[in-house]
Amino acid sequence: MIQRSAATGRHVFYPRIMVPGTGETDLEFVVASGRGTVYSTTVVRQKPPTPSYNVALIDLADGPRMMARVVGLAPEDVRIGMAVQARIIEEDGAPLVVFEPS
Amino acid sequence: MSSAAFPRGKTAIVGAATYGIGKCPGHDAVDMAAKASLLALEDAGLHLSDVDALYTSAPYEALGGLQLAEYLGVQTKITDSNRTGGSAFEIYAAQAAVALSLGLINVALIAYGSNPATTSVKGVGMTRPSSYEAAYKPLAPISSYALAAARHMYQFGTTRRHLAEVAVAARRWAQLNPEAAVRDNLSIDDVLCARMVSDPLGVRDCCLFNDGAGAIVMTRAGHARSLRKAPVYVLGAATTVTHREISSMPDLTVTGAAVSGPAAFAQAGVTVADIDLAMVYDAFTITPILFLEDLGFCPKGEGGRFVENGAIGPGGRLAVNTNGGGLSCVHPGMYGIFLLVEAVRQLRREAGQRQLPKCDLAVAHGNGGVLSSEATVVLGRAT
Repeated sequence: MIQRSAATGRHVFYPRIMVPGTGETDLEFVVASGRGTVYSTTVVRQKPPTPSYNVALIDLADGPRMMARVVGLAPEDVRIGMAVQARIIEEDGAPLVVFEPS
Repeated sequence: MSSAAFPRGKTAIVGAATYGIGKCPGHDAVDMAAKASLLALEDAGLHLSDVDALYTSAPYEALGGLQLAEYLGVQTKITDSNRTGGSAFEIYAAQAAVALSLGLINVALIAYGSNPATTSVKGVGMTRPSSYEAAYKPLAPISSYALAAARHMYQFGTTRRHLAEVAVAARRWAQLNPEAAVRDNLSIDDVLCARMVSDPLGVRDCCLFNDGAGAIVMTRAGHARSLRKAPVYVLGAATTVTHREISSMPDLTVTGAAVSGPAAFAQAGVTVADIDLAMVYDAFTITPILFLEDLGFCPKGEGGRFVENGAIGPGGRLAVNTNGGGLSCVHPGMYGIFLLVEAVRQLRREAGQRQLPKCDLAVAHGNGGVLSSEATVVLGRAT
């Protein structure tokens, strides 16, 4: 789900009580497309045997950008411009949005 | 502030000092800030009793302004502790210039001390991780800057070798500064082969995290001319904030320096070609590249190529971070005060072996958060 202003149709992420910059308060939760494009990517390096992992910024097809992890390939193989699709996993006992190549 | 409104040349830095760079055992952070304050006042030929405005950002104490005022024993008309990260000190200089020029205050003290290398205070810090980023476990703040670097490389062909040039230039300047904390030889290959932390940044792309304190004293120009040292005039100063977390930064390759820089230069009535020294916040090797572009020293995207072949090191085309910067001199968490102190030393011809042959105009550009808060101050020997 993602917030959208009823009047302007603009999507907002992260969830808040208003549209930043313009102030509309008519935000409602709608189904997110789940589609996105990798805007930037990094690999957080860990001391082996702890695996290194990906941290990426995803430009959502709905408009906003979010931080996330791209999974389903080696963290260093994630490329800027890659088309990705959201998936919800459970991690540390909580749901988490991750992305995989689409 | 419009360029017409800023009190160009109406105020000056008249005292500047550092203290305890590297390791400062046996001191609390506030001890260090107080010591730097006394040294800066002595440098100016002023006394504690002259101070009627205090600007400070304490590393572990939200009410640090009150704490330092009490410690120093000064009763101030303005006491400010803004929370704009490492850019706080450039913002203080901008605000002090306005308050001084209006006659609200007479002598402003801007001070900072922090001792991450030696403190026994554990788990320090006053920020909470963003709930929308923390779940992905980015290294704070390194991964945010790594994401900016990766995007810059993708869009403009910047390379890790370009980033390494920034680290090597900083080290070569540090080798000319006896105060710099890290002065051993560093080669491009050393930087490229160093342990990776958050791609494309390795450990030598990251600033130090050591002890240090700094302070400056400001007053009105007329008063400044009666004091001990040649005044360093505040010719322009502008600031802007674009976001808090990196996921909300509009374009990771364009910082708020593209706004604050041109505004500060317009206030000062100078162009980037007039600048002899660029003190630009080097938290990571990508940041000087971004700021040199955004301030206008080179076109957007050309920063990597601009710094090639030692161009910002000693003897290069542009003097950048002549103290050795946050990368090789000092970075105790919020580095902005040291940009101003080094600019003052160069403008006063007090920089010893690293003194620039010509230094009449300098720019100090502070950065806070994760490329979030940008503040540019233009300083000169003449009004």
